[in-house]
Amino acid sequence: MKSVLAILTVVVALVGFWYAACVPMNIHEAAMQAQRAGEEVTPAEAPERRHMGRISLALKNTGLWSTVFSQERPQLPAPHQVAQEFWKTTWGMIERGRAFSKRSLILHGWITLSATLLGFAFGTALGIVLAVSIVHSRAMDMSVMPWIIASQTVPILAIAPMIVVVLAALSVDDIVAKGVISMYLSFFPVVVGMVKGLRSPDAMQMDQMKTWNATRTETLWKLRLPSSTPYLFASLKVGVAASLIGAVVAELSLSSNGGLGARLLAGSYYGQTVQIWSALFAAAALAAVLVWAIGVAQKVTLKRMGFAQ
Amino acid sequence: MMAWVFGSLLFWAAAWALNVRLSRLSAPWVRFFVPALFGMTVIIVWEGMVRGFGVNPVLLPAPSAIAATFVGEIPTLWGDLVQTFFKGALSGYVIGCTAGVLTAIAVDRSPFLQRGLLPVGNFVAALPIVGMAPILVMWFGFGWQSKAAVVVVMVFFPMLVNAVEGLRASETMQRDLMHTYAATPGQGLRKLRLPAAMPFIFNGLKICTTLALIGAIVAEFFGSPIKGMGFRISTEVGRLALDMVWAEIVVAAIVGSAFYGAVALAERVITFWHPSQRG
Amino acid sequence: MNNETIPQVDPPKAVVEARGLDLTFQTKDSPIQALKDVSLTIEQGDFVSFIGPSGCGKTTFLRCIAALEQPTGGNLTVNGMTPDEARRSRAYGYVFQAAGLYPWRTIAKNIKLPLEIMGYSRADQDERVKKVLQLVDLEGFGGKFPWQLSGGMQQRASIARALAFDADILLMDEPFGALDEIVRDHLNEQLLKLWERTNKTIAFVTHSIPEAVYLSTRIVVMSPRPGRITDVIESPLPKERPLDIRDTPEFLEVAHRVREGLRAGHAYDD
Repeated sequence: MKSVLAILTVVVALVGFWYAACVPMNIHEAAMQAQRAGEEVTPAEAPERRHMGRISLALKNTGLWSTVFSQERPQLPAPHQVAQEFWKTTWGMIERGRAFSKRSLILHGWITLSATLLGFAFGTALGIVLAVSIVHSRAMDMSVMPWIIASQTVPILAIAPMIVVVLAALSVDDIVAKGVISMYLSFFPVVVGMVKGLRSPDAMQMDQMKTWNATRTETLWKLRLPSSTPYLFASLKVGVAASLIGAVVAELSLSSNGGLGARLLAGSYYGQTVQIWSALFAAAALAAVLVWAIGVAQKVTLKRMGFAQ
Repeated sequence: MMAWVFGSLLFWAAAWALNVRLSRLSAPWVRFFVPALFGMTVIIVWEGMVRGFGVNPVLLPAPSAIAATFVGEIPTLWGDLVQTFFKGALSGYVIGCTAGVLTAIAVDRSPFLQRGLLPVGNFVAALPIVGMAPILVMWFGFGWQSKAAVVVVMVFFPMLVNAVEGLRASETMQRDLMHTYAATPGQGLRKLRLPAAMPFIFNGLKICTTLALIGAIVAEFFGSPIKGMGFRISTEVGRLALDMVWAEIVVAAIVGSAFYGAVALAERVITFWHPSQRG
Repeated sequence: MNNETIPQVDPPKAVVEARGLDLTFQTKDSPIQALKDVSLTIEQGDFVSFIGPSGCGKTTFLRCIAALEQPTGGNLTVNGMTPDEARRSRAYGYVFQAAGLYPWRTIAKNIKLPLEIMGYSRADQDERVKKVLQLVDLEGFGGKFPWQLSGGMQQRASIARALAFDADILLMDEPFGALDEIVRDHLNEQLLKLWERTNKTIAFVTHSIPEAVYLSTRIVVMSPRPGRITDVIESPLPKERPLDIRDTPEFLEVAHRVREGLRAGHAYDD
């Protein structure tokens, strides 16, 4: 309970900081609007204001502070503006029976989620298969493993636009193209984690299997795979987060069919900051739900398998 | 034409057979030779397939074509590298990581704040923060400053989490020992907890090298002056000049590994005492 | 002015004085009484061993003296001060069960650590390091890192670290518990010599009967649930103690008394 309070404190502090930041971030716009409405603004000259620092302008116009939280296109929208937009484009859409309209975050979230899950599933499967073969073949281990480790230091996301274009040229479905990038990103943590996990049984446990004359397959199923479960879940958490990032970034290049990444891009074209932020929060919520779901599966599975928590 | 296909497949088979043999040896050179041969096989098979099947270079250029572009475009690639890595990624990396460590030290005396920051930081570190890029480009303009800002936001939380965990990593017994010396909190931090946190801090620094490069490149997809690796990748993809895209990716791979390697080397020198570095 | 007065022999000075000490830990299920009504005086130059089964409060008592735990009742003074004042005046050196050397510092720099914290001059630091390395027989190892030495050598280095500054009390919490028998014998012998040379007051926690009897001038037998003192045995053994003293009837007699004391404490429990 103590940590709940601590987390709340940190979150409240962050939100408070956000509200405070809205004042200097939006003060220029607020001053312009106030002047158009015929109000007194210091300094009165627009060019003079433009050259002023945000904070000093904010300090000179304390009267304008109340207007910085409700602008149409703020530099930094206030948290409640983002929350309103988020609510309007999710639950609000459901209420109006248009849950899957183009303006609904549910639709875009679903598009991103399906690509994420597709890529994640294939990435995980591929990762496990590769890890098993690495653990069983010394040649695989020595030739492939160094490259896998080295490739983790490479900014793989940079390839996303290219993969999208190549796959589009091969007239592959969009969701598959996005899935490929997600797969690519989630596959690395799974391989690395699973190789570690499959090797986690100690020498004594392996020797014991040997004394029973167990085959390699039996050792794999009865010893290696069960002992690798905690490692698997740890990498799945990293993998699913990476997979989502892959899908979002892929959507920057494949924006015609929607998705959270497409919303981000559209928002940035039209200066719709509130829309960008709410898409961002939708992505964050999606990531949180995915990681949480794997966390629950992890807890249940590990408990059933008798791993100490 | 089929000669290319069969030739490369034959090379693959031969190289794999050799690797299977070699991997049974324990000579030190084998550890380098086997992966090197494997990497060469991939490139040769790639080249052979592209030539043999006459793959359209718009889909997949041959390694030789990529190499030719790489050599021919070195000035452009270098300019992009300076813009994206040295200006955007590196400055953001330094600022973000320093801020992360300093914040961890600032909350060091408050276990309450640490308990709150750790889960929040871990949560934020798993979020798709790259998505902040359009906002930060809007705030800081198209120049490298906005890329640095994206990198700062991306590396801050992973760094903070690692540093906070590191500062808590010293053993109770060693903290008791400091207590028996009546050491001040500052002395305890300098002489015990900061050195003990170094392996964790370096872990964070290593994770952040990749994040920094990703952040700087992806942020350029949202707008940049007419140079930079991300800019080049997105425009050349648009022009279907994939050989140039691949050349940029080669640069990114080299820089990414070199950056990581440099941090890992510093780790080796500074945390030479840690069991993971001794073996 | 009378210079002819008979020089008075100082009465032995009480270094640690505990009166009716209580300590109760609050745990989730129920409070645990770690110390109950512990009264003991340790005098200047004593070598006092605390022995008893785990949970008898011997380590807790040592940690109270070091101000690492707060007693919940009773009175405890160290050098006539409260334990916390004594800690701040750096009255004692503490040796833990594990060596606890910093892996990123050499042996010499590890020994310098408390000296740096306490603000000794650079020259003084070097001199003291040299002196204590000699005391524990580790000359020439100052430049090595802890992980390059054996467990016994590491523990000797940690004792050197506790000796480096001018504390006249040495608190040792099962310092040789993790070492094998042969190394332990050797270190016991060295510790006695060191005690003789430095005239420090030593409080020593152990669960080995021979070790307690071999080392101490007084043996405090403790017993668990609640942690309390059941017997205090004055050793009749001479100050000069070669290792083979352990085969003499006097030694076996004392060991027998300790074992009886331990058994009595245990019977109380059944």
